[in-house]
Amino acid sequence: MALWQEIIVAAFLIIGGGFGLVGSFGLIKLADPMARLHAPTKATTLGVGGVLIGSMVYQAFADGTFSVHELLITLFLFLTAPVTAMLISKVHLHQTIRKSELPPTGTDRPWATLDKQD
Amino acid sequence: MIALAMAFATGCFAIGLLLTLWRTIVATTTADRILALDTMVINMIALLVLFGISARSTLYFEVALVIAMVGFVSTVAYARFVLRGNIIE
Repeated sequence: MALWQEIIVAAFLIIGGGFGLVGSFGLIKLADPMARLHAPTKATTLGVGGVLIGSMVYQAFADGTFSVHELLITLFLFLTAPVTAMLISKVHLHQTIRKSELPPTGTDRPWATLDKQD
Repeated sequence: MIALAMAFATGCFAIGLLLTLWRTIVATTTADRILALDTMVINMIALLVLFGISARSTLYFEVALVIAMVGFVSTVAYARFVLRGNIIE
């Protein structure tokens, strides 16, 4: 492999690793549980995405074969991250916030997670 | 140069795995614990892909894909169990 090819792959790997560490460190650093929901999004999209693109470029340079498996993993993680975040915030709403503290929904129905609470 | 970058990225994700383990143990709420477990799965996927690069094998991408799916399903199941007290109603 030529030097410029190695530099491209190494840059993607270092970007991915850095963002992965920042995302996990945010879990420890941020104070509020809902603020912590913000941090691992970086680990998902930029961290794992950077590593997967680096791996794809490395395969293309080293073996001359271009594979799309990595793009599948990236696509799957991009699709599932919002669903996971929504469910986790619903759990937080369900367990820590009373019905009287919430703003009105503007419809006949109450907040979906608090149907059974008083 | 690639070996150095691989060592850096592996170290970063390994430290991240330890940090999520710490957050899993000392979580303040259940939502926190679910989030930490989900992040742990993501770090594990990145480590598997990095191991696949160093082993020069494409087998580990299938493994990473399966672990991504299992991680998503387990996160949804945990959250749903807390929300409804039941997973499949």
